[in-house]
Amino acid sequence: MSIAITTQIICFTILSLVILIGALGVVLLESIVYSAFLLGGVFMSVAGLYLLLNASFVAAAQVLVYVGAVNVLIIFAIMLVNKKEDLKPINDIKSRRIISTTICLTLLSLLIRVDLTNVWSLSSPQNSIGEESTIRIGEHLFSDYLLPFEVASVLLLMAMIGAIVLARRDVMSKDISTGLPVDQELIEKSSEPLLTNKN
Amino acid sequence: MEYGLDLEYSFNEFLKGFGLSSEIAHIIWLPLPMLLVLVAAVVGVLVTVWLERKISAAAQQRIGPEYAGALGVLQPIADGLKLLLKEDIIPAKADGILFTAGPILVLVPVILSWLIVPFGQNLLISNVGIGIFLWIALSSIQPIGLLMSGYASNNKYSLLGGLRAAAQSISYEIPLALSVLAIVLMTNSLSTIDIVNQQSGAGILSWNIWRQPVGFIVFWICALAECERLPFDLPEAEEELVAGYQTEYAGMKFALFYLGSYINLILSALLVSILYLGGWGFPIPVELIAKFLNLPINAPFIQVFTASIGIVMTVLKAYLLVFIAILLRWTTPRVRIDQLLDLGWKFLLPISLANLLITAGLKLAFPQFFGG
Repeated sequence: MSIAITTQIICFTILSLVILIGALGVVLLESIVYSAFLLGGVFMSVAGLYLLLNASFVAAAQVLVYVGAVNVLIIFAIMLVNKKEDLKPINDIKSRRIISTTICLTLLSLLIRVDLTNVWSLSSPQNSIGEESTIRIGEHLFSDYLLPFEVASVLLLMAMIGAIVLARRDVMSKDISTGLPVDQELIEKSSEPLLTNKN
Repeated sequence: MEYGLDLEYSFNEFLKGFGLSSEIAHIIWLPLPMLLVLVAAVVGVLVTVWLERKISAAAQQRIGPEYAGALGVLQPIADGLKLLLKEDIIPAKADGILFTAGPILVLVPVILSWLIVPFGQNLLISNVGIGIFLWIALSSIQPIGLLMSGYASNNKYSLLGGLRAAAQSISYEIPLALSVLAIVLMTNSLSTIDIVNQQSGAGILSWNIWRQPVGFIVFWICALAECERLPFDLPEAEEELVAGYQTEYAGMKFALFYLGSYINLILSALLVSILYLGGWGFPIPVELIAKFLNLPINAPFIQVFTASIGIVMTVLKAYLLVFIAILLRWTTPRVRIDQLLDLGWKFLLPISLANLLITAGLKLAFPQFFGG
């Protein structure tokens, strides 16, 4: 076995172990902050797997989007509303656990079926594109995947406008959900500069 | 443009001369450029710290460090040794694991980004195809480390500092990436080597700063904000937040933050010089000088000359930018947090978007000047 293949196997083992243990930690740990940080670790290891598959652009995009944006936002949200709170015990916890376990197992069996039925081997090893992948992804995004790409961008725009509407309620005269006129007094406005009032 | 020294090839040939296989030679080669770049980064930090002390002293009409070595050049080493010998304190109510992991997560991505900094045609660790995109991706990991150390310190100033740092980092990453995108559009490649080669046609006249003046200014402002340098050093604003996320740190853990911020500053200066100031290019093309001296471009003397000129030019341009950053730090007041976010979202983001659009239009209109 050559040195390159040995290195690859060692890296693959470490990365998959980190993904498995990290993902279990995300679900099972009590502290939500630890879960969020472990999620970042899992995302990073997935990026490492992409690197092993010679998909460096996808790996960098994974780091940029999932670690740099999604995970940072999750941690941000947790830290802004991180108050200790005693949660009420749920009554029918057992039936809920059974339902969630069933759903998870169904999804797992679906994934296993996909794994078993799909043909994974490439038609020829020369087909791997490596460094060229950035150009190929760009070509696909602007030809046969143009519609999904544009629909996704419209979806993101909608989410952004929704977030702005929720955050800037002072620009509306009516409450969105109830239709009642908004009490403008309660909403934070840009206050007068302190120094001008003093004279 | 395939000239210049290829040290890796010569080294591997040299080792094969002793009867080693090419794989073993490659493994022996691998750590050498990494170590070299790590040493270069740390020495660069020492120089920058000394410059910062001396220039700040000049700005405030003081003398600055004077007795440690000639003109105080050994002062940064004394600082480093002092931090090395300090006790490593973890506050009793802090979260030990996250408290230790935070500074590491801040420092490691910055050092990894040196992978793509070229000092010459073949003088970089790895010419990865995604080049500059790797730096953008890696620099987005840093806010996690800042949030982690801010949270783990169990101190309200630390938490506020960490939150501010992350908010600032996220806001300024977008105009930064957009102005890099305009350069990539002109180069048709993400690789830093190609970006520099694209600017090497006519010496100083072909540098990207003439074609991307708006992008240059936006990138420089965003780079300063990402480094938390003074007009934008809100995360550690000492009058409001003690020292932000660094408040509870001491000894080597504090030194990691310190090292990280200075390595980041040098890295940003290097990247500005690569993206906009022609990288390792001499203001007059080396081919012209070689023609003037009647020497073939592949002569060993010219090759060594080109490589050393390349390193000197890259470092010189980077340190000029570091000088400007230090001068800015000691002469400008700090912006408020709302001014900072206004500048990022309402001014730099639209400007960099417009810059990208105009660059795309100019590329279609004048393909010979803006990359075909």
